[in-house]
Amino acid sequence: MFPKRLRSTLHLALVMAVVAFGAHASDTANGARYQKLSHAIMCPCGCNQLLGECNHVGCPDSDKMRGQLAASIDHGDDDTAIFRAFQDEYGPTALAAPMFTRFNQFSWWVPPMVLLLGIGGVFFVVRRWRPRAVAMPIPASDPHRLVLEQRIRRETGGDSL
Amino acid sequence: MPVFGSFSLLLALALCGYTLLAGAFALRQLAIRARTRISPERLAETARRAGIASFFATSAAAFALVWAAFTNDFSVSYILHHSNRALPGPYKFAALWSGQEGSLLLWAWLLATYGFVLRLRHKVDVRLTAYASTILAGVQVFFLLLLNFAAPPFALVQGAAPADGFGLNPLLQYPEMVIHPPMLYLGYVGFTVPFAFALGALMMRYPGEKWIHITRRWTMVTWLFLTCGIFLGAHWAYSVLGWGGYWAWDPVENASLMPWLTGTAFLHSVMMQEKRGMMKNWNVWLIFSTFMLSILGTLLTRSGLVSSVHAFAQSSIGSWFYAFLFIVLVVCIFTFILQRDHLKSDHKIESLVSRESSFLFNNLIFLAACFTILWGTLFPVLSEYVQGSKVTVGAPWYNRIAVPIGLGLLALMGLGPLLAWRSSSLRSIRRNFVLPCIATITTAVALLAIGERPWQDQGPLYSFVAFSVAAGVITAISSEFLRGAHVLKVQTGRNIFAATLLLIQRNTRRYGGYIVHFGVVVIFIGLAGSAFNRSTEQEMDFRQSMQVGPYTLVCQDYTQDTNPNYDSEYALLDVYRNGKKVTQLAPEKRFYVASQQVSTMVANHSTLVWDLYVIYAGQNPDTNHPIIKVFLNPLVAWIWIGVVIVILGTLVALVPNLTTVLSPARARHRAKGSARPLVSEPATLRGGD
Repeated sequence: MFPKRLRSTLHLALVMAVVAFGAHASDTANGARYQKLSHAIMCPCGCNQLLGECNHVGCPDSDKMRGQLAASIDHGDDDTAIFRAFQDEYGPTALAAPMFTRFNQFSWWVPPMVLLLGIGGVFFVVRRWRPRAVAMPIPASDPHRLVLEQRIRRETGGDSL
Repeated sequence: MPVFGSFSLLLALALCGYTLLAGAFALRQLAIRARTRISPERLAETARRAGIASFFATSAAAFALVWAAFTNDFSVSYILHHSNRALPGPYKFAALWSGQEGSLLLWAWLLATYGFVLRLRHKVDVRLTAYASTILAGVQVFFLLLLNFAAPPFALVQGAAPADGFGLNPLLQYPEMVIHPPMLYLGYVGFTVPFAFALGALMMRYPGEKWIHITRRWTMVTWLFLTCGIFLGAHWAYSVLGWGGYWAWDPVENASLMPWLTGTAFLHSVMMQEKRGMMKNWNVWLIFSTFMLSILGTLLTRSGLVSSVHAFAQSSIGSWFYAFLFIVLVVCIFTFILQRDHLKSDHKIESLVSRESSFLFNNLIFLAACFTILWGTLFPVLSEYVQGSKVTVGAPWYNRIAVPIGLGLLALMGLGPLLAWRSSSLRSIRRNFVLPCIATITTAVALLAIGERPWQDQGPLYSFVAFSVAAGVITAISSEFLRGAHVLKVQTGRNIFAATLLLIQRNTRRYGGYIVHFGVVVIFIGLAGSAFNRSTEQEMDFRQSMQVGPYTLVCQDYTQDTNPNYDSEYALLDVYRNGKKVTQLAPEKRFYVASQQVSTMVANHSTLVWDLYVIYAGQNPDTNHPIIKVFLNPLVAWIWIGVVIVILGTLVALVPNLTTVLSPARARHRAKGSARPLVSEPATLRGGD
């Protein structure tokens, strides 16, 4: 249908567009990944700030670490490999949150477990208490009360205050 | 002056020691009805007066330290290390709390002030106040022992006094730092008062719930101070530290948040005790925990147990705090075990769908949040103990674990007030929940329609949930106001605004509480904006520009300046939006001469939509051009607006109801005639038995 030359040109243009878009997408993805990972690593200079937020003038560590991080991302290392590399070089305090390894897993599991136990405890307490509750006797037909209830419903638009 | 200060501290210790010992002895004699040569009432009165006098002695010590700062008395080691001649006056005053010894003195002085007010107002209930005063004196003795023997603020330098001091930490040279620490300390220290009343009431088996009525205002005022202190600290961090955020989950920040969480839980659950006579054990332990968490926070940061940017250098006073905390815990447990039969609930929960249950869940979530923060703060220590190496538990961990708990709390804030006491009928649930649910779903759909993609990442997901739930909670709160105002409008014939005002005046506590809730929702909206923060950094020459969101920044000038306190470098940046100049910003970097430290002065253009937050990051040494870092932080202003609303709501809740003001006699009559007998106010110490 198309001349062979035009087809080749279109094919080339398409390939170039895909490559250009891919490169742009890769840059954007790398940028986002850099932002994310730089906020998961601590600056070890003693400022107690995340690497992505360290704003010291003349900080001895952050520039070097940012360079290492950017290089690792460009190299295509996955997150775990990057974290392990930083941990090996700067010690376990270099990561802003513990990894899911051995004892460190407890840091992640304990608070949600405590919350779930608490919720279970509340349900248990309420269930245990409920049968003991004694219902207040309500007069079967008190005309004054009925009038009052109707007035409350009328004025509040409902049945409870 | 140092001698005068030291003597005042010793005198204060002696007076507080007397208040503690004589007060405890007198109360013991009264409890066992012993006959002694000196009547216990008179002895207790002397203890009270000694307690009042201790306030003046502690004030004199605080005055002596401030005087030493203002007169540049560098023979005092504390002044030498925290002040210098060129330091502006307000910061010399702030030097009182800029170091360990001074901040302990501030703590002791605030405690003495609270004690002074409490002892002056003893007629509200003479015997209960005598117990509270004695317990308070015990806490005072601990801090005065610290000040006299472990961390003396008037220690003198060896040899001749230097001509000038080392200056104040530059990070503290900011107007908010003049009020942030006192606010925070007013909060920390203030919880000692409800703690003392609760422990005293338990010790003397105080009948009824009157101690809660007495301490309600104390607790609310204290809570308000702590809230202000925390948010002033957040605002200070945002304005001074220059990293674009306001909360870093630092151990010191966590230490302030933990008692706030338990204190807030107490303020809620105490309503259950007032209205239904329930959760007495729980409330007692909540206030005990709040006080102990205040002490624990101080211990964590001053013992060097955890590292923090705020923490004072590791010192020996950590062991003092361990000992004190242990004593407090033992006293609390011992008293509780002895008197726990006094804390039986009058009622039980009748339904899972009731206001009582919502309070239980509310308390659960507050405590879960508190535990999470405590766990995160202490996990590095635990890790070192178990694994032999510390780990960092920072913002990513808290964002993943604590933020969902916060969102649960936000949801519960909307649900709780819609439920009735004792039990809610299905019909009322349906009616009360329809509008909030519609608002939540509509907001969620609208957010999706305008392009928010919650499934992309954790931040957008949290913000999506926060915005949607916030819409529901605001609708729930508004409907509560409108429903009540409508009733009053029908009854009184006023317009809806006047009716709303009257509604608030008639039940300040309830509607003040709703205003506080509204303020908290607004804070959550501001916090949720952080998911969309953007930042960029660029080296800028004259007339060079950079684009951030809708703003264009053009560098007009960059230069240096000097004054006796600091040298500075700054850039002048014109800010344009849609081609129109909106403001000029001057981000600055200061080098403080005395302390030889560098500090950032952030330039911020704040609007209701976003903050344009500009930092002078430094100079390129090759070109000498400034490096400017710019953050575009959405919705931050709403955090501070929310705090103002919270303050207003708390103030409203502190005001007496209109009916009580107009007709106190009627209110008293009603109280006397209520089905639940109130405890008669004892006029004397004997009367309370």
